[in-house]
Amino acid sequence: MSTHTTGAPGAAPHATRPPVGDFEPGIPSFEASGGDWADVAESAVAAAALGEERIVVNMGPQHPSTHGVLRLMLEIDGETVTEARCGIGYLHTGIEKNMEYRTWTQGVTFCTRMDYLAPLFQETAYCLAVEKLLGITDDVPERASVIRVLMMELNRIASHLVCLGTGGNEMGATTVMTVAFTAREEILRIFEAVTGLRMNHAYVRPGGVAQDVPPDLVEQVRTAEPLVRRYLGQLGDLMLANPIFKGRLVGVGHLNLAGCMALGVTGPVLRSTGHPYDVRKADPYCGYETYDFDVPTATGADCYDRVVLRLEECYQSLHIVEQCLERLEATAGQPVMVGDRKIAWPAQLAIGSDGQGNSLEHIKEIMGTSMEALIHHFKLVTEGFRVPVGQAWQTVEHPRGELGVHLVSDGGTRPYRAHFRDPSFNNLQAVAAMCEGGQVADVVVAVASLDPVLGGVDR
Amino acid sequence: MTDEKSGAGTPVPQPEEVQGPRSSDLVSGSGAPRTLEVVEVREGMFGVRGSGDTSGYGGLVQPVAMPGASPRPYGGWFDEVVDVLAEVLAASGVPFDAAVERVVVDPPGAHAELTLHVHRDHLVDVCRALRDDQDLRFELSLGVSGVHFPHDVGRELHAVYHLTSITHGRRLRLEVSVPDADPHVPSTTSVYPTNDWHERETWDFFGIVFDGHPSLARIEMPDDWPGHPQRKDYPLGGIPVEYKGATVPPPDTRRSYS
Repeated sequence: MSTHTTGAPGAAPHATRPPVGDFEPGIPSFEASGGDWADVAESAVAAAALGEERIVVNMGPQHPSTHGVLRLMLEIDGETVTEARCGIGYLHTGIEKNMEYRTWTQGVTFCTRMDYLAPLFQETAYCLAVEKLLGITDDVPERASVIRVLMMELNRIASHLVCLGTGGNEMGATTVMTVAFTAREEILRIFEAVTGLRMNHAYVRPGGVAQDVPPDLVEQVRTAEPLVRRYLGQLGDLMLANPIFKGRLVGVGHLNLAGCMALGVTGPVLRSTGHPYDVRKADPYCGYETYDFDVPTATGADCYDRVVLRLEECYQSLHIVEQCLERLEATAGQPVMVGDRKIAWPAQLAIGSDGQGNSLEHIKEIMGTSMEALIHHFKLVTEGFRVPVGQAWQTVEHPRGELGVHLVSDGGTRPYRAHFRDPSFNNLQAVAAMCEGGQVADVVVAVASLDPVLGGVDR
Repeated sequence: MTDEKSGAGTPVPQPEEVQGPRSSDLVSGSGAPRTLEVVEVREGMFGVRGSGDTSGYGGLVQPVAMPGASPRPYGGWFDEVVDVLAEVLAASGVPFDAAVERVVVDPPGAHAELTLHVHRDHLVDVCRALRDDQDLRFELSLGVSGVHFPHDVGRELHAVYHLTSITHGRRLRLEVSVPDADPHVPSTTSVYPTNDWHERETWDFFGIVFDGHPSLARIEMPDDWPGHPQRKDYPLGGIPVEYKGATVPPPDTRRSYS
């Protein structure tokens, strides 16, 4: 490691000093700067002067193993990580601020884009919070809740599959990735049939869901389910008894129960320590208390156990999906939106030449026969409904942990403040605890076991 | 793992066996009339400011009032938690009335939530009492969020904490209000280390200074960013977009019904 202790006096602080004397003049050099990076580099230089072999490695924000634009600042001594820090904010898009300038219903369109691998969880949590403020929690039709649960559980499988697939890919197991993404494709096809989109659905709305599921949905899901189950079996066969896989994961990224509680880490990471905390059981929403499912736990508190738990949760989700299908058949034809026409957004859609469009019957009614319906439609969509003053907090069990939504209303047609406590954002704080003292290669495994999605982290 | 294994594996401990009551045991408020706290008085309509009013609604006066203090009984377990907290605080020499400014139970109906408005001088004491006492045991903090009320003079900035008791299956909210001129709140990272990043985020977005935080740096915005973007006086920004001959103004200059 070479050190450059001299720089131009008065120049901006640089992480790496411009090369002096090492290279021919005129050769471009590239520098990293910003934050306290200069201090970190300076202390590294000072330590090197004392003969210590101390290197600071900047991993990301553009690195295929960081699950997006996560920046890891690793201080390494040989192959050992002595300090690990996270830098986030590279994907901050101001979604919470933007939501303050749209109606309550339009907010769904924004919050679905936060954690893009689990959009339906944000939508549902947000809508449950709005419903709490409106005081209509108990008025949401049963069929709407069943559809929400069905979509969330399918989404949980899809999200876990991405976690397992990309995690495997980062360790060189490309087959794990291809199998996982093939299985996810089956689920995305169902999403497309229900919402019209593979992501960014904006399907769950305050008061229910945008529209009923297509008539052949139950059949579609029943066709896809054995396929997903088979792919999950393949993933389990590929990973769980594989000596290389176990060698990379067992005992790596350890975080015990006390560490999880102190750092507020929830989800599969907390359950891998043996604590069966699951919001679906502890504080049920959408009628989860009426479904039969188990909360799998493990006791190893390492990356391997988190993989086992995620696979196990996928099977449990499939079990819930089966129950949802039975209930969907039993509630066929029932409403999927609250009866209050001052809240229920008109969302009558039909299959048009472009795949999906406005329902001709609805257009005919508001344009041809009922001027009042037209006025009502116009006012509700442009102005939106008013939500009583106050604040509400709603959490749901997100694939990555506990997702919290804090909404404040000033009695107007827009959220006064919308805040999302994203589990990825919180769980990333555990990176230092999980990585320090381990090997550089274990950092990739440990971060993959946290499964951060940077769209949710930065919002 | 195979399909058979998932169906009939070893029995796993279920939350019912190891956890206390569910927080879905609903609590509805006392049923007393809701008191309100005016935080802002708005005039006019449609967000028209600084130009001649052509809407005819210029004389409209609209107070914005947030839920105020609730009378006893609060309902359900809320009374118990408040009583135990008062006892624990008194035992450590902090009078309850000095620490907790008011207790709010809202929204009305079966899904009421408990909010304690805490004075900033005693925030850490309250957090420690809530975490450590076995009858309270709010061991999980779900972060800090800020709210900006620019017209509520002397209480412009609010820091909101959401705590969960896994042991008892309860949730409550702490709210701390500070003036914009002196935006200092003690850091709770000594009690809840998880609040580290959440406090950094609240500093970043609202400019609330958390005294005693180990490294209160911006987290989402760049280090040299001027201003705190989630404040109400910070513009959303945006440019007018032309579409099919018409111009759509940026969202923060459009007509507002709030």
